[in-house]
Amino acid sequence: MSNYYQPEIETASREQILALQNERLVKQVQHVWDNVPYYRKKMEEKGLTPADIQGLDDLHKLPFLSKDDLREAYPYGLLGAPIKDCVRIHSTSGTTGKRVVAFYTQHDIDLWEDCCARAIMAAGGTDEDVCQIAYGYGLFTGGSGMHGGSHKVGCLTLPMSSGNTDRQLQFMTDLGATILCCTPSYALYLAESIHERGLRDQIKLKAGIFGAEAWSEEMRHEIEKQLGIKAYDIYGLTETSGPGVAFECSEQTGMHINEDHFIAEIIDPDTGEVLPEGSKGELVFTSITKEAFPLLRYRTKDICILSRKKCSCGRTLVKMSKPMGRSDDMLIVKGVNVFPSQIETVLLEQGYPANYQIIVDRVNHSDTLEVQVEMTPENFSDSLAKINEMEKGLIDALKTMLGIYAKVKLVAPKSIARSEGKAVRIIDKRKI
Amino acid sequence: MSVHQISVFLENRAGQLAEITKDVADAGIDLRAISIAETTDYGVLRMIVDDAEKATSILLSHGYILSMTPVVVVAVPDAPGGLAPVLGILAEGNIDIEYMYSLFTHKEGKAYMVFRISDEEAFVSLLEQHGMKPADKEELDLKQ
Repeated sequence: MSNYYQPEIETASREQILALQNERLVKQVQHVWDNVPYYRKKMEEKGLTPADIQGLDDLHKLPFLSKDDLREAYPYGLLGAPIKDCVRIHSTSGTTGKRVVAFYTQHDIDLWEDCCARAIMAAGGTDEDVCQIAYGYGLFTGGSGMHGGSHKVGCLTLPMSSGNTDRQLQFMTDLGATILCCTPSYALYLAESIHERGLRDQIKLKAGIFGAEAWSEEMRHEIEKQLGIKAYDIYGLTETSGPGVAFECSEQTGMHINEDHFIAEIIDPDTGEVLPEGSKGELVFTSITKEAFPLLRYRTKDICILSRKKCSCGRTLVKMSKPMGRSDDMLIVKGVNVFPSQIETVLLEQGYPANYQIIVDRVNHSDTLEVQVEMTPENFSDSLAKINEMEKGLIDALKTMLGIYAKVKLVAPKSIARSEGKAVRIIDKRKI
Repeated sequence: MSVHQISVFLENRAGQLAEITKDVADAGIDLRAISIAETTDYGVLRMIVDDAEKATSILLSHGYILSMTPVVVVAVPDAPGGLAPVLGILAEGNIDIEYMYSLFTHKEGKAYMVFRISDEEAFVSLLEQHGMKPADKEELDLKQ
């Protein structure tokens, strides 16, 4: 049984992949130069023209793109194709005023869905399977990406979207879903609900493809044990398409990067220098086939390691480790990007000191966010009702800014440690 | 007419109350009343002391966040039903009580209640109409 969707790519020799990447990179740089003035300017500032990029060896010369560039160029500044050729957008999970919008031509969507199809087949999916997509549909890439991949494999696709657990379980049991695609925390939640309702005998799941948030090996074992399945990781980001940039195979020791579409580099996040293979550093992607949103050297801020060790699954595509952290201070809480600076802005606006601490935890498989802030003489009152009211005002303002609920904990003055130098703002208790 | 209550912000953690009462005791300040309003994360300690000014400066020097709140202290008979007439007056005048608690002080068959009332003036004039008046600092032996 072959579990490759496109074996000619997935098991291609290193030479074949390199040749493909060389050719596509040169073409892509020309495409960007011709169509994306924002990036062309960046190249010109470095004295570069497309002629300077003859292949992978010249990649390091190209300027980086960061999330800040994407925000600055919002909405159309990095668009690489005429609107008439674009058919869709997706957007990063909502942080007010900090959205990133990515564009797709039909061709882009096709290739993206191929990537997702590879992930589904690597997880053992075939056209005999019933694939339940419990990622959110809409602006979020998770739902539609895996949906398209499921179609390509030929699975019977259940476009459930996220939430509504009763309905999820009903379809899962009635239709005999065999593959589940959702966030790992939702998978565990579903597993618990199945257990509580005594439905374990009625589910036919054999595999799950879980992504969009960080999860540990312990969580994998827990999901596998509770659902009696194999649980596979998948990696992606809206900026480069969505899920399927990299995917796990039967070996479950890292995710194969779809190198025919993305060139991966590991850099030192401080110097920007490319690090030798096997080093731990920030992951940078260059998309070499995208038409509408062709990002060159996009800094993901995810810290990981690349490995070219021979994989027992037969794939030759390079593997990335699970992200081990971030090179910026962005937190992903309940799938939403949270920057401490946003919290700081709200606190100052509401008359609180900028000395605060953010505590992230995972309780019952769901992320929690707590903001600890010191009480001030101005905000203090002998009336609990007045303090409560202010607290509620702060919670509302945080919700408006972040898009998710944050618990506010008022603490005594000077109780948050002042560190010398860089303040410790974030305490992430999640075991990831 | 009113007496000064010191309101202090306290985190809900073991030992907080012991610390602050020790700070007050070390300064030779006598606690006359104490009450706590709490949520799961924090509380407001309300207290009446014999020397509010001294207590305030001591607590501020220890880094506490506090405020001075005017409250009305009323003497009521230290007997069953003693409190009811005062509450009746408040109800009659349609005056809301934000919170109340009692003083440790007892004198000649009298107990003392502390009232935090938003419309203090209306409360005092109602008391007077009923032949009562708030207890003053002298009666309570407070320096304030």
